[in-house]
Amino acid sequence: MDLNYSPEETAFRDEVKSWLDQNLPADLRDKVRDYKELSKDDLERWHKILAAKGWVAPDWPVEWGGTGWNVVQRYIFEEECGYAGTPPLVAFGLRMCAPVLFRFGTDAQKQRFLPKIYSGEEFWCQGYSEPGSGSDLASLKTRAVRENGHYVVSGQKIWTTLAHYADWIFCLVRTDAKTEKRQEGISFLLIDMKTPGITVRPIYLMDGGHEVNEVFFDDVRVPVENLVHEEGKGWTVAKHLLGYERMGTGRIGVSKRELLRVKDVAAAARKDGKPLLDDPRFRDRLSRVEVELMALEITNLRFLDQLRRGGKPPGAEVSLLKIKGTEIQQALTELMMQAAGPFAQAFRPLDADPAFDRFTAALAPRYCNVRKATIYAGSNEIQRNIISKMTLGL
Amino acid sequence: MNFELSEEQTLLAETIKRFVATHYNFDARAKILASPAGHSEDVWAAIAEMGLLGLPFAEAHGGFGGTTVDVMLVMEALGEGLLVEPYLATVGLGGRFVARAGTPAQQDRILPALVQGKHTMAFAHTEPGARYDLRQVGLTARRSGAGWVLDGDKRMVLHGGSADTLVVSARTAGGDTDAAGITLFLVPRTAAGVSVKEARTIDNLRTADIHFAGVTVDADAVLGREGEGYVVIEEVVDYATALLCAEAVGAIRYANDATLDYLKTRRQFGVPIGSFQALQHRMVEMMISYEQARSMSYLACVKVDTADAAERRRVVSAAKIKIADACRHVSQEAVQLHGGMGMTEELKISHTFRRLTMLAQTFGDAEHHLERFAATS
Repeated sequence: MDLNYSPEETAFRDEVKSWLDQNLPADLRDKVRDYKELSKDDLERWHKILAAKGWVAPDWPVEWGGTGWNVVQRYIFEEECGYAGTPPLVAFGLRMCAPVLFRFGTDAQKQRFLPKIYSGEEFWCQGYSEPGSGSDLASLKTRAVRENGHYVVSGQKIWTTLAHYADWIFCLVRTDAKTEKRQEGISFLLIDMKTPGITVRPIYLMDGGHEVNEVFFDDVRVPVENLVHEEGKGWTVAKHLLGYERMGTGRIGVSKRELLRVKDVAAAARKDGKPLLDDPRFRDRLSRVEVELMALEITNLRFLDQLRRGGKPPGAEVSLLKIKGTEIQQALTELMMQAAGPFAQAFRPLDADPAFDRFTAALAPRYCNVRKATIYAGSNEIQRNIISKMTLGL
Repeated sequence: MNFELSEEQTLLAETIKRFVATHYNFDARAKILASPAGHSEDVWAAIAEMGLLGLPFAEAHGGFGGTTVDVMLVMEALGEGLLVEPYLATVGLGGRFVARAGTPAQQDRILPALVQGKHTMAFAHTEPGARYDLRQVGLTARRSGAGWVLDGDKRMVLHGGSADTLVVSARTAGGDTDAAGITLFLVPRTAAGVSVKEARTIDNLRTADIHFAGVTVDADAVLGREGEGYVVIEEVVDYATALLCAEAVGAIRYANDATLDYLKTRRQFGVPIGSFQALQHRMVEMMISYEQARSMSYLACVKVDTADAAERRRVVSAAKIKIADACRHVSQEAVQLHGGMGMTEELKISHTFRRLTMLAQTFGDAEHHLERFAATS
């Protein structure tokens, strides 16, 4: 056992770090660090910079553009991106649709979709949740009826992240309403967002931002060649994908950066003439989060090491990373707002040119926004159900 | 970076596990607890026979020159079995002091015997009012002829009543809370003027209050440099703390395994109680606490030997914060999920509860280490 990075790993980290220094545009970095909403253009710009470097999809098979990095290298890369403040890589294409196509896609589907996911030419979103199907995904009702070489899709999806940017959506739809088990009769379809009959309507969240949408399907005609795997086997596809969905939710690099940020803000804030950072009540709360993050980093590396040696796809252990990682993210947003104190109350300027601190103004909305983390990608309660069933055998 | 154990390490872990399972089951342990000494000479001899006492010490002294990760594996297994023998006091504290600060003559005198299971040790340090502050030493040592005379009191000396040699911290210069001016001495427990009052801890270990009244020792009893004992004390206590974290991980593992087993077998309302979501989610949280505690124990044991003292303090205190929190969380939940049975003397889970409660406090509770962690990060 050796928890130190080897000279090769350290050299790799230096390489990533110096490349990020030179290639992460300052305006993007500042937007991320100031918690500003990222436009489609911002996200695509960063995606294309990484694609040009060949680093946009490290975990893909090498013949499709993967880097061939081992798990430690991948971890180092993500950590450095988190530290540097890169825009996120949107997971729907790279880390969700792509693994599904590698596992279940036809050659034609791979050829058609993977290169454009890699290049960033096509932007993807995920059509899973419905108004009546949140945690209970298998109860979904969106219908797809097969006729003349097409599926005709009708129904509604909700909480569809970045659907307003997307060119394509992968959807779970019901192709057979009469099966005995609800999990049967579900199919996995790839749908062009420009198809007639699709309407995207924004949902504004409590931070004032627009990330998620409702997507309505009204007799949308989808060619049958866009079915992935067999008809009625969509649940198998969905289960395969869930592990990958949760894989990226720990966000340890980002949390490390946020932790340093909280320390900076708390060191500058004064309480009784002394830095808030030295206040034992504040400091103890912060230290416990820091320790939890140190532990999660090692836990994450341990699991990655198991994956590497066992060669298995991510299992229930990923749920632990999701639970702890999101709890830490939320705790940090709360500590940040607390560190800013009364200044975290101002949200938007009403006057033309006010003396207005845009950074502290972003803290309360961010605190509000990150409440989503314990809800999305399978709520943390669902994650506990998964661990309970899969790992503990209860 | 890798987490793989070597073949020897895997073998070592399996050997101890097997020993604990066959020779230290709950009934065997109950007999040991009821004996006058409160620990077993036979078990101690077997531990020596397996080479566990010599694990971290140099081959020149009969040891194996092993790593802290090797000792960590031993501590996890001892924690799982709730062993009451003075392994931590002898190997983690006493032996470590001698190996770290002893002269060749002192090492030759003590370590080979220790490795063979013929010499036990304890660290006599804590004093009234000191809580977890390692600098507070009021027991005095003054020069007398070629030697020294020790006067004062030590409290809560883990396994102090049975140890052959005590490592005693004494004030040889400065005020009672100065880091400088502390000197370490090797004192036979049977030396004239040493009086011991033993007590049983809630988790069935033995501890002692020790009074030193005009205890004379020779000049060669001084361990390390005069007046510079504090640096060694802090380093050795950090080492023992890292090992204790591993012991806690073993005990937590037992608590979780036993509780999970109980959830699957105990039936109420016609079904196993593990089918209730209210209990399932609590069990999951216990499992998460275990995994996080284990990660911190690994980190502490791997980093504790670093030459960078600030980094060592930071990592060991971080680990103890997490371990203390996890000890408290898992022990309390384990008893709750066992219901009334969890309260009883006859179930190992209540003994595990007590052990975890004590481990959370030993060498500093979470609050102590939060303060220390904040000072180093």
